[in-house]
Amino acid sequence: MTEPADNTVQGTVQRIERGEAFLDVRDLKVHFPTDDGVVKSVDGISFQLERGKTLGIVGESGSGKSVTSLSIMGLHKRGVAKISGQIFLDGQDLVSSTPEEVRLLRGKRMAMIFQDPLSAMHPFYTVGTQIVEAYRVHNKVSKQVARKHAIEMLDRVGIPQPDKRVDAYPHQFSGGMRQRAMIAMALSCDPDLLIADEPTTALDVTVQAQILDLIRDLQREFNSAVIIITHDLGVVAELADDIQVMYGGRAIEYGTAEDIFDNPQHPYTWGLLGSMPRIDRERTERLIPIKGTPPSLINVPKGCAFNPRCNYAHLNGGASETERPELLDIGAGHKVACHLSPKERQHAWETDIKPKL
Amino acid sequence: MSRKRITTAVAVAAAVALSLAACGGPKATPGGGSSAGGATAEANAAVDKNFSPSTKKGGTLRMAISEAYDSTDPGDTYYGLSWNLVRTYVRPLMTFKATPGEEGGKPVPDLAEAPGVPSDGAKTWTYKIRKGIKFEDGTPVTSKDVKYGVARSLDKATLPSGPTYFNDFLLDVPEGFSVYKDKTLAGVAKAIETPDDQTIVFHLKKPFSSFDYFAQLPSTAPVPQAKDTGAKYKEHPMATGPYKFGSYDPNKGFDLVRNENYDASTDPDSGRNALPDKYTIAYNVEGTDIDNRLIAGDLDVDLAGTGVQPETQAKVLADPKLKAHTDNVPAPRLNFTVLNTEVPPLDNVHCRKAILYAADHEGYQRAYGGPIGGDIATNLMPPSVLGSQKFDDYGFEADKNGNVEKAKDELKQCGQPNGFAINIAFRGDRNKEKAVAETLQQSLKKAGITLTTKPYPTSDYTKLYAGKPDFAKTNKLGLIVYSWGADWNDGFGFLQQIVDSRTIRATGGNTNLGVRIPEVDQLIDKAMAETDETKRNQYWVDVDKKVMEQAGVLPGIWAKGLLYRPDTVANVFTNAGQNMYDYAGIGLK
Amino acid sequence: MFAYLVRRVIGAVILLFIVTAVTFAIFFLVPKLGGATADDLASRYVGKSAGAAQIHETAVRLGFTDPLYEQYGRFVKGLFVGQEYNYGPATEHCPAPCFGYSFLTQQPVWPDLVARIPVTASLAGGAAFIWLITGVGTGIISALKRGSVLDRSLMSVALAGVSLPIFFTGLLSLSIFSYGLGWTAQGGTNPLDETNPVWWAYDLILPWVTLAFLYAASYARLTRAGMLETMNEDFVRTARAKGLTERTVVMKHGLRSALTPILTIFGLDLGLLMGGAILTETTFSLPGIGQYAVIALRVNDLPKVLGVTLVAAFFIVLANLIVDLLYAVVDPRVRIS
Repeated sequence: MTEPADNTVQGTVQRIERGEAFLDVRDLKVHFPTDDGVVKSVDGISFQLERGKTLGIVGESGSGKSVTSLSIMGLHKRGVAKISGQIFLDGQDLVSSTPEEVRLLRGKRMAMIFQDPLSAMHPFYTVGTQIVEAYRVHNKVSKQVARKHAIEMLDRVGIPQPDKRVDAYPHQFSGGMRQRAMIAMALSCDPDLLIADEPTTALDVTVQAQILDLIRDLQREFNSAVIIITHDLGVVAELADDIQVMYGGRAIEYGTAEDIFDNPQHPYTWGLLGSMPRIDRERTERLIPIKGTPPSLINVPKGCAFNPRCNYAHLNGGASETERPELLDIGAGHKVACHLSPKERQHAWETDIKPKL
Repeated sequence: MSRKRITTAVAVAAAVALSLAACGGPKATPGGGSSAGGATAEANAAVDKNFSPSTKKGGTLRMAISEAYDSTDPGDTYYGLSWNLVRTYVRPLMTFKATPGEEGGKPVPDLAEAPGVPSDGAKTWTYKIRKGIKFEDGTPVTSKDVKYGVARSLDKATLPSGPTYFNDFLLDVPEGFSVYKDKTLAGVAKAIETPDDQTIVFHLKKPFSSFDYFAQLPSTAPVPQAKDTGAKYKEHPMATGPYKFGSYDPNKGFDLVRNENYDASTDPDSGRNALPDKYTIAYNVEGTDIDNRLIAGDLDVDLAGTGVQPETQAKVLADPKLKAHTDNVPAPRLNFTVLNTEVPPLDNVHCRKAILYAADHEGYQRAYGGPIGGDIATNLMPPSVLGSQKFDDYGFEADKNGNVEKAKDELKQCGQPNGFAINIAFRGDRNKEKAVAETLQQSLKKAGITLTTKPYPTSDYTKLYAGKPDFAKTNKLGLIVYSWGADWNDGFGFLQQIVDSRTIRATGGNTNLGVRIPEVDQLIDKAMAETDETKRNQYWVDVDKKVMEQAGVLPGIWAKGLLYRPDTVANVFTNAGQNMYDYAGIGLK
Repeated sequence: MFAYLVRRVIGAVILLFIVTAVTFAIFFLVPKLGGATADDLASRYVGKSAGAAQIHETAVRLGFTDPLYEQYGRFVKGLFVGQEYNYGPATEHCPAPCFGYSFLTQQPVWPDLVARIPVTASLAGGAAFIWLITGVGTGIISALKRGSVLDRSLMSVALAGVSLPIFFTGLLSLSIFSYGLGWTAQGGTNPLDETNPVWWAYDLILPWVTLAFLYAASYARLTRAGMLETMNEDFVRTARAKGLTERTVVMKHGLRSALTPILTIFGLDLGLLMGGAILTETTFSLPGIGQYAVIALRVNDLPKVLGVTLVAAFFIVLANLIVDLLYAVVDPRVRIS
């Protein structure tokens, strides 16, 4: 009688303790104490991600999106940063793990692609050497085997003549090729989680699409969980299943890609959408930049962090300036942190914003 | 190298033991005999007396110097240390006897049988050469070799470094004479005669009574014409002394080893002991390093012989054990300031006298390190110069810090009651001379005389600046700080080069920096012609008095050097000829 | 690659000529502008009491009476074909490269330099080895332990090393280790007189350490700054993201890049020292190029000064060339195709 119940309870407890999804981030906070005050780079983020799915994290620079990804990888500045909350990767809490345990996961179970492939690859070593190094640190194989694997990986990411290019140096590659090599390196150990931090920002527009296609194809092939970090909604539109919009170290809207694009709820998201270039519209009508500048992470504005830049803050009777809005579910997992009433939001979206997009 | 370490340790231990003995026990009198370590170290124990006399032969005497000196060629050298050392490997006609005290300052016959015989009113000098003296290769020495040695030294283009006394005094030597162009020596036919192999006769263009001092110049050492290699002769001068050249390296130094063709029986007068079996001379050893090695017993002699470095001086004087190893040797050197008569108002004797009265003599002494650096000079000739007299006509010793009233009185007589302004030149890279200029600046200010200091580089001081008359005049160098050491220890050797106005050359390079007193020139001529030594010495005292009376120079101090005498050496004494340890007398314990 | 080398070598030769010409000009033109005549210059190289005639003879012998370009021409000719020198009874041929004869000692300069280069090379090489290991090592530790007590104390020692002059540290170490404890050789020993390499090193250990202390200090500071900079580079983050151990990240990725600029400085420092470690050689009385330079300058001995200048410039130019070539080996981005 008791056994099934016990099982259930135990199962629940286990799920809570070890995370529900493949990647389960709970109330993650990353604070940096400095002489001027505490920099709250990430101030309470939660999200979940399953294998085979893609999460887009969107925000301006300084919104905390890169720090989030670095802290998942364990690459934040140890000793300086104060980190709290939990990051479960396949049930293992990375926050409470030792640096050495996290290192063993890095590259093997979770890998990362960086923004500028030129500076992210060591200029003095050949591309092949760098992939071989990534492979051999987690796989006890001979150099020849690793080299063969590296050529294979280069071939897989679409680099022509991989057996020759394996001996080339990063500066001898074009930007797109470098990013392909970077991806080959990140995927060399077949990771379950791939974090791509602005993977196309430093690339030509034509190459951007190729790289995004590549990431999507490889994701399908490897069935890995992918986090795409970007300030460019266009990128996530191509790839993401879910999107989290960040502002001032916190999530202000979370939803499926369809929700965010078709029915965005937060004025900041509207701003982002408004500043997204689209080829199918006339220039003059488009590009409504968000006024003002991103907030200081030491002195985040009181109340809603976005209020100084928000066109609708006056509608909330002072709540925007005094009270921080919680990230609340408005139905079907679509969450938003905004004081506007659903009615006002709907009205503004329908009348002010949507027609201009 | 471990050998070195062990010897160092032993030497240090021995030094400590000795100095402890010196502190505790009664003072031992320096005993005779050849036993090592018979004497107890004591300050000034080797000044004018033999410390630890010894006849023990053997050992290697290690000498070092901070840079190579002009030349080891006896015909091409002008350094006191070199004239001292050269006696170990060549024999000039005359030489300073290797003996302590005043006796060591007089030339005695060396190659010559006896002192020179003057004739024709001291214009002709004849020497007889001893028989049985051989070069290191066994060939006998003749008067022709002496003649050649002197003749080759006249070529100052090839052998530029030596003194020019023979150029200045020998009769009818053609301009630009060189033994290398005139191989038959026709140019010196009138000047030097060699009637036979044992006789040499010098003919001078003017009388010179102390020619025996010329005859002790290293350039009278015999040189075989066939062996003369000109500028390269210094690499291996043909030895006639007890030692000959072993190795020679212009960058490192050289060795002297025993000359088996030297016969001590032909050398009864010079006092050479030839005690060490070998001399090693190391060049380019840093000055402080030399001092440290002397103290550690790893070096026997500081070849330069001018004393320890200032920083070492402070150290050894503060430590009684080290001080016991020092000798404060009076040098025939005067540190003084010339009052240039060509710069008004110093053309007036009263203005010059005012400076003599106003000067701070103790300050002058302080500039050179106080009493260890030397005694306050009251006249020109240092007491160590043979035949000199000390007098104090201006009362320097009574008014050590100057007499402002008398100075002002002289200024009135000069017609400058409110004083005047003038420049003082000194060698900018010599801190002591800078200190002199500054102390004079302060003390003369009290009498109303304003000095502006003008530093010049040492290397060109006498050649382009202070020693060039038109430069000194145009730049108003009224006071010129200078220092002078005698070529040798008599009135001529000390005074002639600095007070004879006829030595002043318009082209520069002078050693007389501005003394122009006609009476002084006349007295010098008389002294040079006087063959009676006592009378001659009196003339030089008169020269000294006349220069002081005319206030031609402001004497500063009679310099002293602080030499360090390691425990390793024996039979050590200062030589009155060069006022450093006698390198022909010294031996090892 | 070959064409590049040839170009560099030609450039270096031209530079060396400019250096000698400038030295020549400083020596002759500056006194000339001050109004000195050929005889005035020659008066430096005669004995104390030489007369005008003797001074003039010396001026002629040393060639000061000839036009400056002729004197320089002679010097250059001597370098390539040698020159004849009259030493009195006869002339001798000074074979190329003839750097001339000392104005004062009348010794040929070239053999002196040849004898002294190995001393300076021994000193510079040994010291360089020591300072590279200790300096870079200290720098890495300091950078990795940035802000710690260890970092601060190491950097204080380094500051002392940079600030204390050689003659101070040199004399102090001599008086303690050589004269006090008797552990090391005294100054003034020529290490090349030793046949056993152990004694050679024994003679040099104190100068090595003294000289290395000065350089190690600045290398420690340079390495620290370089490491702090590279450890913030993107490629170091990438290396960490691969899961490499911290040791591999630091040694293989961080240090490799941080050392590249240090390599340049090291090459130049070594080249500079090969031209004479003046203070160290003087303090320890080592018969090297630096000591020769001091002797030459003190007495205005132009041929020696020219010789030293040329040797020093040669080593600097050579070091520059080697550094550039090495750079291409180390950094594939500057590889010349």
